[in-house]
Amino acid sequence: MNWFDFLLHNRGEVLQRTIEHIGLVSAAMGIALAIGLPLGVALVRRTRLQRWVLGAANVLQTIPSLALFGFLIPVPWIGGVGSSTAIVALALYALLPILRNTCTGIAGVDPAIIEAAQGMGMTPRQVLWGVQLPLAAPVLLAGIRVAAVICIGVTTIAAAIGAGGLGVFIFRGVAMVNNEVILAGAIPAALLAIFADLGLGLAQRRLAAR
Amino acid sequence: MNTEGTVVHKSDALECRRLGYQLTDGSQTKTLVSDLNLRIGQGETLVLLGRSGSGKTTTLKLLNRLLVPTSGEVFIGGKPAADLDPVQMRRGIGYVIQDAGLFPHWSVAKNVSLVPRLEHWPEEKIRARVDQMLELVGLPAAEFAERRPVELSGGQRQRVGVARALAADPPILLMDEPFGALDPVTRAELQKEFRILVSELKKTIVFVTHDLREALYLGTRITLLAEGRLVGTYSPEEFLQATSPEVRAFAASLHPENGNEAGHNAQR
Repeated sequence: MNWFDFLLHNRGEVLQRTIEHIGLVSAAMGIALAIGLPLGVALVRRTRLQRWVLGAANVLQTIPSLALFGFLIPVPWIGGVGSSTAIVALALYALLPILRNTCTGIAGVDPAIIEAAQGMGMTPRQVLWGVQLPLAAPVLLAGIRVAAVICIGVTTIAAAIGAGGLGVFIFRGVAMVNNEVILAGAIPAALLAIFADLGLGLAQRRLAAR
Repeated sequence: MNTEGTVVHKSDALECRRLGYQLTDGSQTKTLVSDLNLRIGQGETLVLLGRSGSGKTTTLKLLNRLLVPTSGEVFIGGKPAADLDPVQMRRGIGYVIQDAGLFPHWSVAKNVSLVPRLEHWPEEKIRARVDQMLELVGLPAAEFAERRPVELSGGQRQRVGVARALAADPPILLMDEPFGALDPVTRAELQKEFRILVSELKKTIVFVTHDLREALYLGTRITLLAEGRLVGTYSPEEFLQATSPEVRAFAASLHPENGNEAGHNAQR
């Protein structure tokens, strides 16, 4: 039996795991965006604090994912075995690219344009929403794209702490020493990553071309 | 008004009293503008002339409060600028910078409509005003309204910058080397048209440049700055006859060949 037959045979479970996977990624990305975008905007003009926060996010990124899942299990409120712990860890991974690109994207907007906007009588809020964010949008979206791809990949490991997702097949396959089962998880996960990358890439090019 | 002393006080559109601006970075203090007194009458074009780093642009930004003075005061229409809401105040002061500073993600029409939109004009009035402004700066709306700034030449962008600054009909216009990035032919063309425009619109204009030719051509008065200090304020005629060394140095820039000839003669 090759991996494709296995997929067909177990399409019910594959579909269910794929939906779980997308759910975990969406929840984590939602949290990362909700924290990363406003935090990035707030840090644009605070260069010293920005260095510290980006440094901390960088350190988080270097913690091996399996270890981070393990570390979070004993933490009260968010910890325990299951999807909530996984979502917190995934959000931490997705945070860095979003945060960094928000900071650099906004800082990269031509200062003459900002000055003109202020000089014409736009409020700081109008400058942010009307000028800085739209002009930084392609860079921001590039960060979201990287975060999404990382997140989809790391989510396969979340199965190790009982969060479900396509990683379930991978861990099961490893335990069974069965490549077909591993591929039944790995290939849909890879496809998800490719589609996310292509879709967000397209959106990014659309924005840049405006 | 033949000399600066006779400007009638009540008609002053803009006034600076002992205006100063210092930057403090740790223990170091850098003075960019100090002790600047200026009175700019209604309908006048005052040129702030000076070399790079003389404080011209800083002075301009102190006028619309993009920079907050560290000493002295600015009065706008007789009222202390410090008492006004800076955002509201700036909507009554047109601002044009080098290379226009247009929003690249907006069409020409939307760029021009910026201040009327901020002021919540009715949509119809905005559209009519945009067409009128584009016509005024020689860019027919039918052809240019929907273009993006990247689809324009440097001269056209600068025209849009002027149209945007004039859109809400502000009584005061601040211009920071608006024609500085243009090729000489386009620059001369825009200077000529701008002079006509100014005579028709009767705005109070503060115009920053380092080009004496431009200053003499466009200014009703010329204020020379050097190292953040005021050297003097002159009419164009007075400027060419003034004897202060800073003025002479600038006047000499009109005829660079004279200086060289003198050198040659001395050698012979």
